[in-house]
Amino acid sequence: MTVHTPKPHDAGPLHVTGAARYTDDIPTPTGTLHLAFGLSSIARGTITTLDLAPVLAAPGVVAVLTADDLPYDNDVSPSNHDEPLLAKQTVHYVGQPVFLVVAESHLQARHAARLAKIDYVEETPLLTIEDALAADSRFEDGPRVYLKGDAGEALKGAAHRLQNSFEIGGQEHFYLEGHAALALPQEDGDMVVHASSQHPTEIQHKVAEALGVPMNAVRVEVRRMGGGFGGKESQGNALCVACAVAARLTRKPCKMRYDRDDDMIVTGKRHEFRIDYDVGFDDDGRVTGLTFEQFARCGWAQDLSLPVADRAMLHADNAYHLEHVRIISHRLKTNTQSNTAFRGFGGPQGMVGIERVMDEIAHALGKDPLDVRRLNFYAAASVADEASGGDILKHGKAPNKDNADLASRGATETGQRVKVYQKPGGQTTPYGMEVTDFILHEMTDQLVEESDYHARRQKVAIWNERNPVLKRGLALSPVKFGISFTLTHLNQAGALVHVYQDGSIHLNHGGTEMGQGLFTKVAQVAAHEFGVSLDAVKITATDTGKVPNTSATAASSGSDLNGMAVKAACEEIKDRIALFLAGQYQTDPSKVRFQRGAVNVAGDTIPFQKAIELAYTHRVSLSATGFYATPDVAWDRIKGHGRPFFYFAYGAAVTEVVIDTLTGENRILRADILHDAGRSLNPALDIGQIEGGYVQGAGWLTMEELVWDAKGNLRTHAPSTYKIPCASDRPEVFNVSLWDGENRSETIYRSKAVGEPPLMLGISAWLALSDAISACGDDYPNLDAPATPERIAMACARLRS
Amino acid sequence: MLKFLLNGETVEAEVGSTETLLDFLRERRGLTGTKEGCNEGDCGACSVIVTGEDGVARAMNSCILFMPQLAGRAVRTVEGISGLDGEMHPVQSAMVELHGSQCGFCTPGFITTMAAAHKNGATDHQDQLAGNLCRCTGYAPIIRAAEAASAKPVPDWMQEDQLEAQTLPAFIPTSSDELASWYAKHPEGTLIGGATDVGLWVNKDFRELGEVAFVTRCIDMIGVDVSKDTVRIGAVTSVTQVLEAVRELHPSFAELLRRYGSVQVRNAATIGGNIANGSPIGDSPPALIALGATLHLRKGDSRRDLPLKDFFIEYGKQDRAKGEFVEAVSFPRQPDTLKCYKLSKRFDQDISAVCGCFNIVVDGETVKSARIAFGGMAGTPKRATHVEKALLGKAWKEDVIEAALPAFEKDYQPMSDMRASAEYRLMAAQNMLRRAYVESLGVPANVLEVHS
Repeated sequence: MTVHTPKPHDAGPLHVTGAARYTDDIPTPTGTLHLAFGLSSIARGTITTLDLAPVLAAPGVVAVLTADDLPYDNDVSPSNHDEPLLAKQTVHYVGQPVFLVVAESHLQARHAARLAKIDYVEETPLLTIEDALAADSRFEDGPRVYLKGDAGEALKGAAHRLQNSFEIGGQEHFYLEGHAALALPQEDGDMVVHASSQHPTEIQHKVAEALGVPMNAVRVEVRRMGGGFGGKESQGNALCVACAVAARLTRKPCKMRYDRDDDMIVTGKRHEFRIDYDVGFDDDGRVTGLTFEQFARCGWAQDLSLPVADRAMLHADNAYHLEHVRIISHRLKTNTQSNTAFRGFGGPQGMVGIERVMDEIAHALGKDPLDVRRLNFYAAASVADEASGGDILKHGKAPNKDNADLASRGATETGQRVKVYQKPGGQTTPYGMEVTDFILHEMTDQLVEESDYHARRQKVAIWNERNPVLKRGLALSPVKFGISFTLTHLNQAGALVHVYQDGSIHLNHGGTEMGQGLFTKVAQVAAHEFGVSLDAVKITATDTGKVPNTSATAASSGSDLNGMAVKAACEEIKDRIALFLAGQYQTDPSKVRFQRGAVNVAGDTIPFQKAIELAYTHRVSLSATGFYATPDVAWDRIKGHGRPFFYFAYGAAVTEVVIDTLTGENRILRADILHDAGRSLNPALDIGQIEGGYVQGAGWLTMEELVWDAKGNLRTHAPSTYKIPCASDRPEVFNVSLWDGENRSETIYRSKAVGEPPLMLGISAWLALSDAISACGDDYPNLDAPATPERIAMACARLRS
Repeated sequence: MLKFLLNGETVEAEVGSTETLLDFLRERRGLTGTKEGCNEGDCGACSVIVTGEDGVARAMNSCILFMPQLAGRAVRTVEGISGLDGEMHPVQSAMVELHGSQCGFCTPGFITTMAAAHKNGATDHQDQLAGNLCRCTGYAPIIRAAEAASAKPVPDWMQEDQLEAQTLPAFIPTSSDELASWYAKHPEGTLIGGATDVGLWVNKDFRELGEVAFVTRCIDMIGVDVSKDTVRIGAVTSVTQVLEAVRELHPSFAELLRRYGSVQVRNAATIGGNIANGSPIGDSPPALIALGATLHLRKGDSRRDLPLKDFFIEYGKQDRAKGEFVEAVSFPRQPDTLKCYKLSKRFDQDISAVCGCFNIVVDGETVKSARIAFGGMAGTPKRATHVEKALLGKAWKEDVIEAALPAFEKDYQPMSDMRASAEYRLMAAQNMLRRAYVESLGVPANVLEVHS
């Protein structure tokens, strides 16, 4: 049995010895050139003069390219063709690439890129959500609205009502490996690109477009990334296109990597949000009506902002059944970095919104927030019946651009007609999807018990009575996260499996490895299918030449999609071998078994290697592709209705913190987590995702603060000023368990996706901080995120005054 | 020609004076195991082990180590942490078995830092690893691995890092006299201590440094001399060494220094560099000013002393002539009444938003002396003279403390930046005085001392 076991990451031994190769580590041919972008130093305006003579004259510089020098399309957008690789006349944010330096070394390119003399006519930039609202600067023609029931009437008749607003900051990905790319020109105008990208097909598409060649002339290879977190879904396009264009021009290999400061200044981040809410509730805390108005700061280009903002709306309910709800979403265009995918893809912001509402309701009623949460939970899965009935939905228009980026999450929908099942009377989300797998009642019960929640809440209250300066806080928050790409056609994957004549297996699929352990999990699937040990399976780099038309490794979908595709490929080969052996042994192919390194047929046990040798010498094909398309998903994003998700993944966390009310300094003392990974493919890797996701989520909401100045300069553009959690910031006591259950949907061996959901467990840390602040006075703390020491100290002062 | 040991083998190479070890390893030696994560010494992905003349193995950031700093020293990269036959070091096998790597990019830096700590027998793992950032794991499995490996013996191959002594060029002076002489000849030159700040001038600002001298080999400027009356710290003493020396004398100063940079930064950074650099947010000056420190300056053969507080004139300007350098800093022996409070967004390895140091002596109920100094509150490290005056001779009581708070506004008009707003800085500074008071009453006021 190789699946459901805690195998270490396949590249672990390579990681710890320094032998694991990342894009910048690939040995380069002699004569390789190095690139750097020259960046805009203003946030909004027009370039009047661009003097590149000093750049060209700098040591080692081979060429300097501007927008006019690009041979074909000047665009690196994954969605709206609104993101030129190099600015033409207008610039839209501080850090926008204006020109491209090609030099003999990385350092020479970086040095030269600073030497341009650029004159601008500056305009007043739109930097904040308020700036953009005042100027009505937005993507799409107006706000998106999801409606369910009648929120207006429900609010009017509510026993209690609260109206409030708060801010949620963005987040820098801070993958340890910055963006990097290497383009190797081939014969006949072909190009091979090595990229640090979660989306090789996207890179292939954009490079082909930039070179004026079909996609078959471009091959993209990704062995691994040093972290992605969504930051490498679309933001690597610029480097890869730059390298390819420069390689075409110079006929030499071209390489580019961002220095950390450039990486942080140039690339987009998690979207900042402001969320306004108006909630009505009864005496017990049950929500009777709710309006959310979400304001997302998208930055200067559309990128993936529409589906990100959609996902924020799709998670505005989190775990709570809302009868009468209106969710309004504004996608605001500002003169800042183009915000992009980041683990959770808008979901976390939407979820923080409703958790904040639950917290404030509890405060208003003087109740334990956990009681209010439970009261509002969706009905338990065991109560919900099997889905039945039907509902026809019509999708939006098919894309009409020839060069539409079909494999991007920024793409438009295709026009297929779909059927959505819904039982009359079942509990539905605000977007009309019936929730049939809700397990948070049971999970919360278990977590409350294991974390000793109630007793500790009492202890915290007593401790706070005795301590005038330091205060503790404790909070539990749940996670219900929808799994699937909301752009339905992306829910597909391919795999390629070869079995060589010596019995060794070569495995390839469309997913990319960024540390999450996808390759290990998928190799476990292949080993399990063939009944061999894991070391018989060679894991190979993602390669658009092996598996085409891949979706980004994103939306937590990696192992769900690619695991199934690999399983299909393995089954295909096994079926051929079984058919052949059954013929040889005069038995039924269904009785042939692959297990424990052997093939069992008609009472004989043939070593796997021998069986393969036999199959080969009898001319059985030992190579197959596999394909998988997620069933039962359909979504109308304009109407805000359908079944966008195949299933939900669940989790819950209890966090205890302590704050210093004088300075706002704080610590996470303990975190208890219970998370649902279905029937885990690999418990060790899944726990790794949960621990890491929690710390990353807590970092987002506590110490990670992005600061721009009044001119639009990002002031926190390096780890000296942008602080991600370090070792001592992990919870001192950190208990993580996997929920003992299996996916009700038919996923790969009934496992569940685990990439993004745990990030949102970190919301409990932010709520615990708010709880601790509450000990300073009677008012609601009104804590914005991130809850930096400054925000905490100011809130304490407010409550005390 | 620079000569040093690299993974046990002697390397001789012509190097640039500001060529970094990281670039040398990756670009010239093809040793790509060492990673560039930030190129400024804040993430630790480029960590290597440097063994000095004293035979002590130290983790350092290779991105801000200039090649001349390695003369006669031994460097061990991640490629040299395993045995020659590929046998894994205990920290390596523990990291694999306990799932300490995910994307793996930070891992080589963790491995080298862990191996250095392992060799030194250090078990304060989260302090040892504060300079290594990981974005994937949440650190829990890494700390588990460090704990698991700590009981295992140090492999033989980790013992081999010694190189015979060698003659150093003039720009690497070995005594205060040699440095004085070099600086007299190159008064416009740049002195480089640990390069933890100068490294950024080069890597990020592309600053031309002109003539440079590397000063950390000046043997008579290294070390802490504790006599009956005075504590004298040589200017090129590393912050690591200062931390050890003040641990008993002034534990709160030691705790401040524990949070100064990271192990890698403290191993490189010098106390003299932290002072001479003149930064308003350097952490040692407020503590030293509160201790009544004297700065010892030298130019050629002439020496002069001045109170440290007077060295800082205004932002970017210090009382230091061309060709003059900091030779040492000293402060009087005294009963310990020093309280240092460092405020930052993150506890470890973060630059202070506010650093407040209080040296208040209470005799009976009366404040007998008060020396209070802050970093982050003005263009220089600065003494809170008005606050001191409001306390001196008064009773050490809550109403006096409260009455003294408005004096902070006379002493400081802090600015707003990405670390903190002016309003918060002022409030935090005032609250630090409140904290000093309540702590003197035994009221818990340190979140680091609270546990679940």
